Amino acid sequence: MSGHSNYQPTTAFGKWMHERLPIMELVKGQALDFPTPRNLNYWYTFGGILAVMLVVQIVTGVVLVMHYTPHVDYAFASVEHIMRDVNSGWMIRYMHANGASMFFIAVYIHIFRGMYYGSYKAPREVLWMIGVLIYLVMMATAFMGYVLPWGQMSFWGAKVITNLFSAIPFVGDSITTLLWGGYSVDNPTLNRFFSLHYLLPFVLAALVVLHIWALHVPGNNNPTGVSVKSSQDTLPFHPYYTMKDAFAIVVFLMFYAAWVFFAPNYLGHAINYQEANPLVTPAHIVPEWYYLPFYAILRAIPDKLGGVIAMFGSILILFALPWLDTSKVRSGNYRPLFKGFFWIFAIVCVALGYLGSKPAEGLYVVFSRILTVYYFAHFLVILPLLGLLETPKPLPSSISDDVLARKRPATAAVPAE
Amino acid sequence: MSTAEHADSSRRDFLYIATGAVGAVGAALTVWPFINQMNPDASVLALASVEVDLAPIAEGQQITIKWRGNPVFVRHRLPAEIEAARAVPMTDLKDPVARNANLPEGDEATDVNRVVGGKEQFLIMMGVCTHLGCVPLANEGDYAVVEGNEKHGGWFCPCHGSHYDTAGRIRKGPAPQNLAVPQYAYLSDSKIRIG
Amino acid sequence: MNMLKTLAIAAAGLALSFSAAQAAEGQMPAKGISYSFEGPFGVFDEGQLQRGYKVYKEVCSACHSMRYVYFRNLSQPGGPGFSEEQVKALAATFTVQDGPNEEGEMFERPGLPSDHFPSPFPNEQASRAANNGAYPPDLSLITKARPGWYGTFNQLVNGIGGPQYVYSVLTGYTPDEELSEELLKEQPEGKHYNPYFANGHWIGMPPPLTDDQVTYDDGTKATVDQMARDVSAFLAWTAEPKMEERKRTGFMVMIYLGILALMLYLVKKRIWSKVH
Repeated sequence: MSGHSNYQPTTAFGKWMHERLPIMELVKGQALDFPTPRNLNYWYTFGGILAVMLVVQIVTGVVLVMHYTPHVDYAFASVEHIMRDVNSGWMIRYMHANGASMFFIAVYIHIFRGMYYGSYKAPREVLWMIGVLIYLVMMATAFMGYVLPWGQMSFWGAKVITNLFSAIPFVGDSITTLLWGGYSVDNPTLNRFFSLHYLLPFVLAALVVLHIWALHVPGNNNPTGVSVKSSQDTLPFHPYYTMKDAFAIVVFLMFYAAWVFFAPNYLGHAINYQEANPLVTPAHIVPEWYYLPFYAILRAIPDKLGGVIAMFGSILILFALPWLDTSKVRSGNYRPLFKGFFWIFAIVCVALGYLGSKPAEGLYVVFSRILTVYYFAHFLVILPLLGLLETPKPLPSSISDDVLARKRPATAAVPAE
Repeated sequence: MSTAEHADSSRRDFLYIATGAVGAVGAALTVWPFINQMNPDASVLALASVEVDLAPIAEGQQITIKWRGNPVFVRHRLPAEIEAARAVPMTDLKDPVARNANLPEGDEATDVNRVVGGKEQFLIMMGVCTHLGCVPLANEGDYAVVEGNEKHGGWFCPCHGSHYDTAGRIRKGPAPQNLAVPQYAYLSDSKIRIG
Repeated sequence: MNMLKTLAIAAAGLALSFSAAQAAEGQMPAKGISYSFEGPFGVFDEGQLQRGYKVYKEVCSACHSMRYVYFRNLSQPGGPGFSEEQVKALAATFTVQDGPNEEGEMFERPGLPSDHFPSPFPNEQASRAANNGAYPPDLSLITKARPGWYGTFNQLVNGIGGPQYVYSVLTGYTPDEELSEELLKEQPEGKHYNPYFANGHWIGMPPPLTDDQVTYDDGTKATVDQMARDVSAFLAWTAEPKMEERKRTGFMVMIYLGILALMLYLVKKRIWSKVH
């Protein structure tokens, strides 16, 4: 990280510290003075929102662990103990459970924002790939966390998802036995999931540091996709974006609080308020909403191994996105064809999510297959071809030009904020 | 600087300070439940009393029960122990305060103030050394009543060598206070409830 | 703004469209009765919870445990509003197992406020053996574990309908003599027809309520409908005893965040006014 500040310590202590650990220079250069494009819209606040959500999840999680018992005989009862007896325990648990959903809502907006504005393109490929890695670790963390209350959906979700690994040829069964620590999901499984659920958030935090580092080397992308050319194009991060982010974070917290206090169980499954029973499978096993599109892809393939490959492939393909999109233009605002396909893709993802929540039968399966094919075609066919076929709209010569142009009402033709 | 500019900048300063203050208050209020969750929860508080039947405890015998996670000594004292405790002049005591939760704070540490009047034979107190929390051993220490080879009453803390007399009062060693008498009440002639 | 709107709608859709739970095959949606505790301002009706407690105690507790609920909960704020003395007295009407005593034996004693409601059977096997193979579920969380209806929007507006489910099962039996020939043919031994039951139409529990089965202390007439309403409200409380505290806290939080958001918006606007 090259410094963006001309930090000069003013006090004797500041000078003493600066010679030993130049942390104030880092803070000033990377957090306060960091030159940030002046045209970032509110879609760019979700990075800050995600950082806040990570902290909320870690803090509430650490507190819950003070009262939770990771044992098949006590886990469910200890969660009820938190809900009923621990001071404000109900609030802390509802914050943690709904916080996971809020985390995913924010991350999906963050990802789609990156896709729309081409934030994955050179020179930000590594930034994007670290982001995909963060998303994968988030999914693993959330999955293991959902097992801990040891309700019916916890147990059967764990069983179904760990069974995915049994699809691997030859060694699949050995791997599932290894994951379970037995012949089924049981106490050893619960204990290791608890251990990893506590560990992974800190891995996430480390990945977030890398993510921000990788962001601060090239600097932020922006809605025009045009690179920063002069200091005319940027503003210091503080106070302009600290305050814009703070406002967005508080608005997001209101959305979050509405769930926590007024519909705390809506995003969960009722059946998880019944203790796990290894002998009775619930009528419909459905993952949490944030996995549903991938669950639909899994079930769309009529072959066990094929389904598992398609499901993991649908996430891993994101790693290749920077090279699959052949267009030189970053922002979707200047790519008329891409813009249409972007929205179709977004709708396809939502539709896959809807299908994932439905039973795997009849027309649901047919649509799941069609949309699965489209999902992959978007990455493997549409994006590579679009870059070759599309004629982009003329780009503004610089960010500041664009900002000035849009201030003149006569030329208010660009739709995005 | 013109007046208008000045007014504008002071309005701005006020807005910034007010917003910062509101944010700080909110942060402080949010922190509280996350600290308060560590306080005893409703199930712990509900179990905070225990009933003890005194009838089976023979003279010279002591039982230990668990209350709020700590040992409580319930001792049926011999007349000799009571006498020995009564004979101690107040000036000999290291801690002259009764340390009895059932009496007003600061009452003298006479023997009768360590028990319930009329029930002097039953000494009920926390088995927690006031030094650093070890459990003192009964019938030990320099202040037990000695009859031949046997010692009756008195407590000795093996961790750091505190000696308590037959009323559980600190007499020698590093402990600063007499063994605490918890809140308790007689439900009937031979039954008490601690807590 | 176009993109903003579309994405906002998409995000809302994403959040709302996946009510994951599905109704069991052919299950009837619960009867849509309403309760005092619904909506963001709803609170429990103390009198109703006390009546519901009586129904649980005199009818349900014969077969159904309620192991996450403690007698002491009955006097805590936001609940049925019994006094601590009343709770001591009513806890003592239950017999609980304690021990081991000094001889190492388990023994029975009257309940204390710090005890949870005792289970009528020592374990699931005993319970099945006594109930013709059926397992009466624990009722502590039943209104959170059983949705009364499905559909994303419906559940968001009306809640998941747990109390309505309990009410509907209790009042939804079709007597054997009114069953069609076909249904009678498929009727399993010792089962009863109830189209509201979540696990197929045939339920092991015989119709539990009859008119005037309990005598309410407040003089309310104990019809089956009344008892079903009261006990389902009581079970809504046992599942979510901190509901009133939650909603109250929620209002303070929302008001606070609203003020802070407004102030931050003004700060942000003022800071940016020089730039734009």
